[in-house]
Amino acid sequence: MAERQAGQAGGDLRLVNLTKRFGGFTAVDDIALTVAEGSFFALLGASGCGKTTTLRMVSGLEDPSGGQIFLGDADITDHKPFQRPVNTVFQNYALFPHLDVTENVAFGLRRRGVKDVREPVGAMLDLVELGHLARRKPTQLSGGQQQRVALARALINQPRVLLLDEPLGALDLKLRRQMQIELKRIQTEVGLTFVHVTHDQEEAMTMADTIGVMNAGRIEQLGSPADLYEHPASTFVANFLGRSNLVVGTVTGVDGDVVAVEARGGRLTIPTQSCRVTSGTVIVGVRPEKVRIAKSVDDVPHDHNVLPGGVITDASFIGVSTQYLVRMGWGEELAVFEQNTGAEILRPGTEVTLHWHPEQTFGLDGAQDIEAGADVDEEAAT
Amino acid sequence: MSAAPAPAGIAEAPVPSTEDHDRRPVGRPRRRLLPYLLLLPGIAWLVLFFLVPILSSVSGSVQTGSLDTGFVLAWRWANYSDALTQYHAELLRSLLYSLLCTVGCLILAYPLTYFIALRSGRWKNLLIALVVVPSFTSFLIRTIAWKTILSDNGFVVHVLNVLHITNVLSAVGLTQGDHVLASPAAVVCGMIYNFLPFTVLPLYVSLEKINPGLLEAARDLYCTPFGTFRRVTLPLSMPGVVGGTLLTFIPAVGDYINAQLLGNPNTTVIGQKIEDLFLRNPLGYPLGSAISVVMMVVVLAIVMTYIRRAGTEDLL
Repeated sequence: MAERQAGQAGGDLRLVNLTKRFGGFTAVDDIALTVAEGSFFALLGASGCGKTTTLRMVSGLEDPSGGQIFLGDADITDHKPFQRPVNTVFQNYALFPHLDVTENVAFGLRRRGVKDVREPVGAMLDLVELGHLARRKPTQLSGGQQQRVALARALINQPRVLLLDEPLGALDLKLRRQMQIELKRIQTEVGLTFVHVTHDQEEAMTMADTIGVMNAGRIEQLGSPADLYEHPASTFVANFLGRSNLVVGTVTGVDGDVVAVEARGGRLTIPTQSCRVTSGTVIVGVRPEKVRIAKSVDDVPHDHNVLPGGVITDASFIGVSTQYLVRMGWGEELAVFEQNTGAEILRPGTEVTLHWHPEQTFGLDGAQDIEAGADVDEEAAT
Repeated sequence: MSAAPAPAGIAEAPVPSTEDHDRRPVGRPRRRLLPYLLLLPGIAWLVLFFLVPILSSVSGSVQTGSLDTGFVLAWRWANYSDALTQYHAELLRSLLYSLLCTVGCLILAYPLTYFIALRSGRWKNLLIALVVVPSFTSFLIRTIAWKTILSDNGFVVHVLNVLHITNVLSAVGLTQGDHVLASPAAVVCGMIYNFLPFTVLPLYVSLEKINPGLLEAARDLYCTPFGTFRRVTLPLSMPGVVGGTLLTFIPAVGDYINAQLLGNPNTTVIGQKIEDLFLRNPLGYPLGSAISVVMMVVVLAIVMTYIRRAGTEDLL
């Protein structure tokens, strides 16, 4: 059955108004999403945001409460897991302990009645560089090796969509970096659609072509890693993906392709295409590495956005850059990452002015919680 | 509050460590002896209640004499051939009954345990307790209760008669006429009832520790629900199947309470004969010992072959 479907043309994965409720709790709330065939898509969010539930609905292990799932033109919403041309790399690998590496990898092929599994299994084990361990049992493998077996076991079935549920979560940092590059290489090599669920923003940004940031059962924003980073659509995305300085202000007018804002006594401008509101309260955002630090207002280029009256409270030199915390007149602490170009490192207590190029400013709807996503990131990182 | 004890802890810390240094040369021989000292009670127990009885059985099996004149070690190997010619029927019957009991227990226990371990959710602990609770009553009393349950005027026999099942059972020789009691069927039923928890518990341990993620992985890898059971659940529960059947089969071979209380003179098992030889026959010691040794060897051989064949060594 799965093979018949694999033969069909067209292959975007489409989620239409997909919803999942557990009792009174809505885990996935009316998601609409298209993942292009052959792309590497990452669902990024903190634990409990609904990303794994979404994945499980695609694999068929969870039944949606509403909505549909399409693979190409076929509606697979009601298909059983074993009828779907979709395979999963599970979070804790879920390798069969009673079978050796070869039989684990051959499992899917055998269930679909493939007679000669030797050749494909050999080729797959070569791809994940495990040929020499073919007769080992899973318990005799390291975490990284188990991870590769899990990947091989799913990939060998040539699914239309490969689902990865936090596949690198159990690995140590160094191995994780290595596997990120490895996964990306394999995805390019086999050309399958990968849907990757993770809480690690760096992992998502390293590997994915497109990232969907999830929060409380909804997709907050979809886009390329650069797009999400430079033009976040909400405070959650701005805080969850990297770090942001967010300052509350009021729109004073729209002048051509810039929005003029007054914020904490400073007059700032935001490019219209990066600003989500054109009137009322706005949250002005800028990334710490875009912000420059000046000891005197006179040193600031005239066309820059300026926030004067800051006092350095902390300076940490970390080699490639110096990270400053600057307490502003209204009590908020802003972050500045200054690249190490040999400039003098300023001491805590120094009075400074912050400035940056207006092009690098983004404006968000002022009605949001300015802290959204900031704590979750720390939580997820630990 | 928490700050106060901290300095004290730090001050104390180095003290035991220096003491440790001083003591190490003295402590070493003691430490080496310690494991053996800990083993001593267990070893003493095994020597006294396992090794000595086995040796005395083996030596008894080649002795001659009677209770009045005393027994002498005469190396009379003919005791074994005598035992086999006189009691082979009971020996085979014991093996047959315990085999039926083991198979019956497994057939009843597997679906029951599967349900408890994988499907019963929060009722799991209660249900598994219910399986064990009857064992709080004496084995003997529970078996006597079966006499009532299977008696001719009990409802079980009544229902079986109405459904004509007794006719079928008696046609194949498991029961006689309209009666169920005092038949091979009653004996095996009693055994199954008594040994069921011994099959259920090891099976439960095996099934309960199966990672549900593995079952999901199997479904994801094109297994139908039955395929998932056959390819994943069943193989992973094999240690429990092997453990449970062994725990049932071994004691069931030696059991004779069920045969005595629920059977008839034609259902005599080897345990009853051994009891007779030891307790009611002044000349019976050597023969009783010989048949005991034979039984031990036979059971050991069966168990060893079974474990080899099951091939679950690396899962156990």
